[in-house]
Amino acid sequence: MNAPISSLSLQQAPPISVPFRFFLSAPLFLLLAALILLISGPQALVSRWTPALLALTHLVTLGFLTMTMIGALMQMFPVLADSPMPQPRRVAWMVHVPLVAGTAMLASGLFFSQTVLLDAAIFLLAFALGVFLIAAAYSLAASRVRHATIHAMRFAGIALMLTVGLGIALAGTLSGDFHFPVQELVRLHVAWGLPGWVGLLVMGVAYQVVPMFQLTPAYPARLTRWLGGSVFLLLCAGSLTSLTSPLLASWGDSLAAGGIAIGFAVFAGATLYLQAKRRRRIVDVTQQFWRIGMLSLLSAVALWGGAQLLTGIAADSRYPIVLGVLFMFGFAVSVVSGMLYKIVPFLIWFHLQGGLPKGSAVPNMKQIISGHAARRQMQAHLATLLLLLGSIAWPALVYPAALTLGFASCLLWLNLFAATRLYLKFARL
Amino acid sequence: METISNYLASDHRQCDDYFAMAEEFAAKQDWPATTASFEQFHSAMAHHFGMEEQVLFPAFERETGNTMGPTRMMRMEHEQMRDLFTHMAAAVAAQDADEYAGLSETLLIMLQQHNLKEEQVLYPMSDQALGARVPELLKQMKEAPGSAG
Repeated sequence: MNAPISSLSLQQAPPISVPFRFFLSAPLFLLLAALILLISGPQALVSRWTPALLALTHLVTLGFLTMTMIGALMQMFPVLADSPMPQPRRVAWMVHVPLVAGTAMLASGLFFSQTVLLDAAIFLLAFALGVFLIAAAYSLAASRVRHATIHAMRFAGIALMLTVGLGIALAGTLSGDFHFPVQELVRLHVAWGLPGWVGLLVMGVAYQVVPMFQLTPAYPARLTRWLGGSVFLLLCAGSLTSLTSPLLASWGDSLAAGGIAIGFAVFAGATLYLQAKRRRRIVDVTQQFWRIGMLSLLSAVALWGGAQLLTGIAADSRYPIVLGVLFMFGFAVSVVSGMLYKIVPFLIWFHLQGGLPKGSAVPNMKQIISGHAARRQMQAHLATLLLLLGSIAWPALVYPAALTLGFASCLLWLNLFAATRLYLKFARL
Repeated sequence: METISNYLASDHRQCDDYFAMAEEFAAKQDWPATTASFEQFHSAMAHHFGMEEQVLFPAFERETGNTMGPTRMMRMEHEQMRDLFTHMAAAVAAQDADEYAGLSETLLIMLQQHNLKEEQVLYPMSDQALGARVPELLKQMKEAPGSAG
């Protein structure tokens, strides 16, 4: 805790262009996902292995989630870890360009089953995420702050590293370069990518932002102290079981997965409970996004639990798809979108008021993105989630789901773009 | 034992309560209630800033010999928030609910990230650096008048 806090200085915040390039790119990948869904129609959701669904999954996880999360992390490190990232502008270039290109190539490689594209994509993504991880590790190593959020971020970083490594092994196996067991690699890649990287990071960030934005009580220290670490250890345990005998592996894996599911249920339940006790009672889009997110997360856990008890659910080819929609879109995309509506207007206000002469009229956060515009986008997002879930029963609903997804991602991009234009207009004054 | 950390952090919570009340009344366009609760919020913040700027920060700076570090930063952020209070008071006077909502949202994030830095870094450092002087400083802080908000 006894850090030098030199970096509490606002001058150490990275230039606004560092996070914004990530934020402005992210919705475009959701738009691409909408296009693929529209082109492929109900065929996309026949099984979790269709080329369209594999492409969609990576557009959402890498193109939207990881893209936004990296931009936000580069901004948040100076405050949360009291330790700025080295050379933010250069790191941003070296991460953003190959991440955009690599994600686009990975999605097209998966969609068109082109291994040449996959190989190129893997190279670019490994470079982009490798640079980010090294910069993040450097910053975390220099940080002397010790709190639950920083621990969760460390775990999330390790999870991202493993996800990338497993992804490389998978792509190599699909191209015929390596010969690993594909099913097992996929299981580990998904476990480290979703509950690992995405889940642990959201958890760590929630500890700070949920109390902050809604004025809720703090998460209980007994929960924040063990939750992230337990999920991480269970992920490790679940990964190592495959090295033991098959019987032990299947039992060990179920136990570890059960523990992880309980961990996320506790997290979602605690978040909803704290939000119910919030002192800030006004209607707030970010809070609504978080509520959608937590309810989706609880539903995902419930569905997973159901599949453990009823083999009929687990055997249904639609089961992993619903689980993925709930976790990736219902939980993660909702929470990340909600965060953007706080981070983007605040950063614009913050940079403008720091840069303009004292007494200048700086637009406030709701003049930068209006509550109405944010709410409309949230409604389109919620409609997409419901239509996607509905399409499991009525496949034709895939078409309206693709349209609302496209609409929601355009609205999100326009909201962010209009905010950026406002910034540029004022910054030029 | 009462520490700088828990005393000033609980004062943050108290200010947050007034903040939320004023924001809610403004959203309902109940202007007499907004005026009263904004005043309450504003004077609680002024008192809080006063305790820090007149008692805690000077003591911290004397003890550590550092006037350019964290306390300078915190004083700058206080100024930024005072600027927002001025605009908020004008929005209350003009009964402009949209303007108030936008300023209030902006202040919330500014204030919360400021409080976070104080509670996670500056207050624990102060408790440690000031050691035996803490009880006396707490007494002075409780008697401190509100500074000009």
